[in-house]
Amino acid sequence: MFKAIFDTYNWDSTLKSIFDKTESDVRQAIEKENRDLEDFKALISPAAKPFLEQMAQISQQLTKKRFGNTIQMYAPMYLSNECQNICTYCGFSLTNKIPRRTLTDAEIIKEVEFLKKKGYDHILLVTGEANKTVGVDYIKNAIKVVKPYFSNISIEVQPLEQDEYESLIAEGLYAVLVYQETYHREEYKKHHPKGKKSNFDYRLDTPDRLGRAEVHKIGLGALFGLEDWRADSFFTALHLKYLQKNYWKTKYSISFPRLRPHTGGLEPKVEMTDADLVQLICAYRMLDEDLELSISTRESEVFRNNIVKFGATTLSAESKTNPGGYVVERQSLEQFEISDERTTEEIATMLKEQNLEVVWKDWQNW
Amino acid sequence: MKLTIANKSFNSRLFTGTGKFSSSQLMKEALLESESELITVALKRVDVENENDDILTHLNHSRINLLPNTSGVRNAEEAVFAAQLSREALETNWIKLEIHPDPKYLLPDPIETLKATEELVKLGFVVMPYIHADPVLCKRLEDVGAQCVMPLGAPIGTNKGIKTKEFLEIIIEQSRVPVIVDAGLGAPSHAAYAMELGADAVLVNTAIAVSKDPIAMAKAFRLAVDAGRIAYEAKLASVKDSAEASSPLTSFLTS
Repeated sequence: MFKAIFDTYNWDSTLKSIFDKTESDVRQAIEKENRDLEDFKALISPAAKPFLEQMAQISQQLTKKRFGNTIQMYAPMYLSNECQNICTYCGFSLTNKIPRRTLTDAEIIKEVEFLKKKGYDHILLVTGEANKTVGVDYIKNAIKVVKPYFSNISIEVQPLEQDEYESLIAEGLYAVLVYQETYHREEYKKHHPKGKKSNFDYRLDTPDRLGRAEVHKIGLGALFGLEDWRADSFFTALHLKYLQKNYWKTKYSISFPRLRPHTGGLEPKVEMTDADLVQLICAYRMLDEDLELSISTRESEVFRNNIVKFGATTLSAESKTNPGGYVVERQSLEQFEISDERTTEEIATMLKEQNLEVVWKDWQNW
Repeated sequence: MKLTIANKSFNSRLFTGTGKFSSSQLMKEALLESESELITVALKRVDVENENDDILTHLNHSRINLLPNTSGVRNAEEAVFAAQLSREALETNWIKLEIHPDPKYLLPDPIETLKATEELVKLGFVVMPYIHADPVLCKRLEDVGAQCVMPLGAPIGTNKGIKTKEFLEIIIEQSRVPVIVDAGLGAPSHAAYAMELGADAVLVNTAIAVSKDPIAMAKAFRLAVDAGRIAYEAKLASVKDSAEASSPLTSFLTS
C-alpha cells in the first residue's frame, strides 16, 4: 500500500528539496526526454518560473501528440449534500446549517434529461459522506438509473472498500475521483476534525483499493489552499507514479481544485496564483504525457480559454455544485461557487474557435 | 500488383485513422487527400446507433471503407462483444483488433489478441490484429486465420518511426498474409522506409492529424507510401558495408 512508501518521506525536508532546486536543475529537466520525480520537483520549483513559456511550449507539443486537437467534456451531477464530516473548507460540512437534500430516482432523471440535451455523454456523480442515506446502495442505484443515458460514469464520493468498488464497477462504473485534499498529515487533521474522513490513512490507501478492484480510471488531486501547493503536488505525483507501477491496467487523471468561496468559507492558507497553476500543469505534462488533466469551472474564463491550448485535456461547463442544481431545485445550497459561468454551448464554441474538436463520447462499456 | 486482403483489393497502401483531428470536416478533407481506402474508427468514439453521428457522417464516401477498431477493450471477451456490436450496427465484418489493457502506452496484449482472433475468425470476421512486432505471434495469428497482421513500428502515437526493424524484416520474410505496419510512423520518410522494407501497407493517424496542415501531410504520406512501394518493387541496390578494394589480395591465385 502507498502508506508504506509515503511514511518514509518527511514534509519539511521534501519542501526544502523543492525550494533548493536550481536553474541548472530546471534546465536539465527541460532538456531530458524521460523525466523523473526529481525533475518534477525542479519544474514546480521557484527556480523554474523564468522558464514558464518554454515549459508551456513543450507541454503543448506533448499534449497534442497524445491527445491531438481535442478536449473532452463531462458534467458533474450532485446527488446529495448530506454529509457527516466536518471539513473546514466545504459548503456541505456537517455543522453548516443548510437544508439537506438527496435526489430521488425521478429527480435524477430530470437532471439527466437536462444534461443530455446539452450533449453530455460522460457524467460525474457527486455526493457527500452520509452512509445511511447515500451509502453504497444509493450510489449503486444511481449508477443504474443514469447508465442508459451515459457512456461513461464516474463518481466522487466517500472512500469505499475494494469489494464495494468491485460491485459498482460491475454496474458500469468507469472512474473514481478521490482527492487526498492535503498530504500534510497534521494539517489534514485540522481540516477534517470529525467524521470518517478524519482518518488520513484510510483515505491515503483508497487508490490502492481502487487499483485492486481494477477500476478503469483513478482521479487524484490535492485541494490547493490548505498547504503548500508544491509539496502537495510532489506527493500527488509520487502517489501517481506508485499507482502506475502497481496498477498498470488503470488510467489516471489529475484535477487541480483551488479553494473557492462558499458558505462558512475558509481563506486559503497558501495562495496559488494563476502562474503557479500553469507551472504545475506543464510540469505534470512533462512528467507524464499520457495523463488526463482536468480543469473545472472553478477556474476563470480567461484561464480556461488559454489552458486548453497547452495541457488541459478535459473540461466541465456550467456546472452546478448543488443537488438538483440543473433543474430540480436550482436554489439549493451549493458546495462552492463556480467561476466560469458560461454555458456548455459557449464553451463548445470557444473550443471550436481554437480549432479544438469537442469530444463528447470516448468510452463504451462492452 | 494490388494489395488484397480477404478478397478486397486496394489501390492505396496507406491506411489511416480518425482520431486527434481538430474537426470532423478537416479529418474528412485530409483523409480524402490521402486517397486512403481503409479508414479505422474507434468504436468507443462513435455512437453507432445514431445515424447522425458526427464522425460517421463525415466518413460517408464511396472510396472509404470503414475499419472499426476495438480500442478501449481490455480482453478477448470484450473485444468479441465489441466486434459483434460493430458488425450489426455498421454492417461490416471487418474489425481492427486492438486489445490494450495498458492505457498508458496502449501496448497490445498478445495472449488476448490471439484468443480473440481465433474466435472472431470462427464467427466470420475479417480480423486485422494490432500486435507487437513479434514474428512468432504473427505466425500463430496466421494459423488461426488472421487475414493480415499489423505489427507496430513504435508505440502508438509516439511518431518515433521504425524502431522494430529487425523483427519487421523477419515478419515480412515469413508472412503468408499482408503485413501492415501500424503505429509509430511520425514522418513520411518513416512510411517510405516501411514500404521499402516490404511492408504491404502502413497505417498512419497521429502524424497526419496533429500536423499543422493535415491536408498537406496526408498528401505527403500518400506520395511517400507510393515511392516506398515503387522502390521495393524495383529492388533497392544493396548497401555495401565496405569499399571494393582496387588491389585485391587474392588476385595472385589467378595470375
